[in-house]
Amino acid sequence: MPAVGRNVLRKEGQGKVTGAAKYVDDLSFPGMLHGTTIRSTIPSGRILSIRLEFDPAGWVVAGARDVPGKNVIALIEDDQPCLADGRVRHVAEPILLLAHEDREALVGARVSIDYDPETPVYDPADSPRIFKEIRIEKGDLGRGFSRADRIVEGEYRTGHQEQLYIECNGVIALPENGGITVYGSLQCPYYVHKALVVLLGLPPEKVRVVQTETGGGFGGKEEYPSMLAGHAAILALKAGRPVKMVYDRVEDMLATTKRHPSIVRHRTGVTAGGRIVAMDIDVLMDGGAYLTLSPVVLSRGVLHATGPYRCDDLRVHGRVTMTNTPPNGAFRGFGAPQTLFAAEVHMERIAEALEMDPVRLRELNLFRPGDTTATGQILGGDCSAAEVLREAVARTGFEARRRALSGTNAGIGLSLFFHGSGFTGGGEVRLASRASLALTPTGARILVGSTEIGQGTRTIHAQIVADALGIPYENVEVSEADTACVPDSGPTVASRTCMVVGKILENCALEMKARLGPLSPARYLELHGPLVVTREYEKPAELEWSDETYRGDAYGAYGWGCNVAEVERDPDTFEIRPIRLTAVCEIGKAIHPTLAAGQIEGGTAQGIGYAILEEVVFRDGAMANAQMTNYVVPTTLDTPPIDVVILESAYPHGPHGAKGIGEMPIDGPAPAIVNAIRHMGVDLRQIPATPERVMEASCVSP
Amino acid sequence: MKRLLDVLREDCALTGTKEGCGEGECGACTVLIDGEAVNSCLVPFAQVRGCAVTTIEGLAGAEALQSAFIREGGAQCGICTPGMILAAVALPKGAGLQDIRRGLAGNICRCTGYEGIYRSLRAAAIPRGAAD
Repeated sequence: MPAVGRNVLRKEGQGKVTGAAKYVDDLSFPGMLHGTTIRSTIPSGRILSIRLEFDPAGWVVAGARDVPGKNVIALIEDDQPCLADGRVRHVAEPILLLAHEDREALVGARVSIDYDPETPVYDPADSPRIFKEIRIEKGDLGRGFSRADRIVEGEYRTGHQEQLYIECNGVIALPENGGITVYGSLQCPYYVHKALVVLLGLPPEKVRVVQTETGGGFGGKEEYPSMLAGHAAILALKAGRPVKMVYDRVEDMLATTKRHPSIVRHRTGVTAGGRIVAMDIDVLMDGGAYLTLSPVVLSRGVLHATGPYRCDDLRVHGRVTMTNTPPNGAFRGFGAPQTLFAAEVHMERIAEALEMDPVRLRELNLFRPGDTTATGQILGGDCSAAEVLREAVARTGFEARRRALSGTNAGIGLSLFFHGSGFTGGGEVRLASRASLALTPTGARILVGSTEIGQGTRTIHAQIVADALGIPYENVEVSEADTACVPDSGPTVASRTCMVVGKILENCALEMKARLGPLSPARYLELHGPLVVTREYEKPAELEWSDETYRGDAYGAYGWGCNVAEVERDPDTFEIRPIRLTAVCEIGKAIHPTLAAGQIEGGTAQGIGYAILEEVVFRDGAMANAQMTNYVVPTTLDTPPIDVVILESAYPHGPHGAKGIGEMPIDGPAPAIVNAIRHMGVDLRQIPATPERVMEASCVSP
Repeated sequence: MKRLLDVLREDCALTGTKEGCGEGECGACTVLIDGEAVNSCLVPFAQVRGCAVTTIEGLAGAEALQSAFIREGGAQCGICTPGMILAAVALPKGAGLQDIRRGLAGNICRCTGYEGIYRSLRAAAIPRGAAD
């Protein structure tokens, strides 16, 4: 029986339900020290002096001068120091590292730092530094607007969002074999590996990175672990002993990355009949103090900024700029939730302006197979915008519910969205990911650097390999993500682990099957010895992309989604309470239906938090609510029933037709909920929709 | 004084009890004290003198629920799972969905949106074979 499409038993389940699974804080090594980080308390300025206010006997202390290699976190640009050297650019920037064998001693260690403060920049629109600027142009904007009967304009804002994985960032670094080994809670072992090679000045073979069981990532453990691993490694090399560094919740929230806040402006030309004829979109994101991944986040943001709508004459202009706040970074959705929020709330306002049914407006303009996107990509037959919209409207009885709730303290709204799977066209080619499959006496063992962080990576990869090899799922093993023994299959991000890495593994398995011929694995090993098949990402021939012109096939495939949200407003407190949320997603193929539904349910819940609860409050450049008491994420009582519908329209180059799934579900809830609030007559253009904002908007709305 | 959480994890080497926030908000450190679900990060060690403390390692008789958490998507990353399972065990018998939502409101899961957890509880409540 094929494994794909069935709810086979997860490979990674047992230890998690018995408490046996070892997360990084559950590990200990002989002679291990505990490390901590002394951080800046000002947003911008020069460091004048650093004084230890304790007796340093028994302590290991490391600063910028102790960095053995280059003092940078190597990622896109080398602009972020691992330890501040003379100047700080944000609150909570690491300056000094301390380690001691008694964890309790760390709490009492005081360090005084004198600064010469400079005036910080907090407004991304008023920043002296643009990290990245992107322009997408299609057709002739002037011509488009000349055809319009109406022009609708609007500005939409989204705030920071904290990933809030329940396991905080943590690593242990061990000096070993003349180099360093790092165990850590992380998504991308090879990102950490690359950063450590540069930071420590070690040859690649002297750096080993092993992922431990990881208690959630959501992007928050994409790039930040390189920083933390760097700190622990510097201390460990100086001490000659293992060093564990595990953040507590406050430090994790103060210092690590968050979703980029955004301001998106739309100016849209429409005909009286509801056809969109011109789109002029401006996207501004707050990058924080260093560049980190911001150019790529902006890229995904602008590539999704039009929403899933056809328009021949358009312009998208995007910028991400520097502010003196902790760097913003990867978070599920990666720029798209911000721009899709703006696109879908704007769409609702266009419908209002035209006095048109919002479903009808979307039907008129949505992408259909053969349409071209903003970058000129011709959408294939698997383009499912119409299907997901139709399904969501029918399943929820949307039109009837909308009439029934009109004029009450409840509302219903929808959002239509799409999400590109994998890195942008050029990105996958540059990554050149590799995956390996080793023959075992009974089957095969998967070797990839892709990590299991809750999504079920090992399970879906094993399903794909089992079916391609024609062996039982149980006979496929998965190696742990250890850079000493797995190839670099690219980062575990961008909804690429199934579609891209899964496809490489499928190719490995097909090649292995051909090599085996009629022989059983055991017989083959007996006759020919070990067999390891390694394959690299193969770009589908028809995909063309230019980073220079931003034209071409931005993504190999798109998933398609439609959310319908029903909410109530408390008439006294203005609190918004979601009643139910329907999430229709077209994902090509659900390799494991339960795991796929889990991705949709979980991403949807995070999107509900983004929409109404999760507000990062910044005061003087620092997160003022850096604890779970007042940064509130959805509990069981805040999360409404989530009704998931999975549709499948195969992507020819995905394994069994699969597209990406991880990120897309978070794109839809915020606009659907804000559109449901709009249904109550409240003109809200900013999230989170806190009671304060809803009250303010309710009081000015007619 | 040490927190019960630290004594369990460091002195007893029972690392199945997790720390998520250290302030009693997330419930990852939930254990049973005399059968009641409690955040062990908020309990000074001395307070459990003479009490029965049950961690995930010592939980007996919940195999069906633990297995359902794997099969029904109740566990994704797994970090909230030991606490969630202990909180679920402490729910009153025959709890309906609203009771479950109230009973688990102190245990935050960032992965599942809770639907997989409800499925797991439903599946475990049905005797094996009865649903087929």
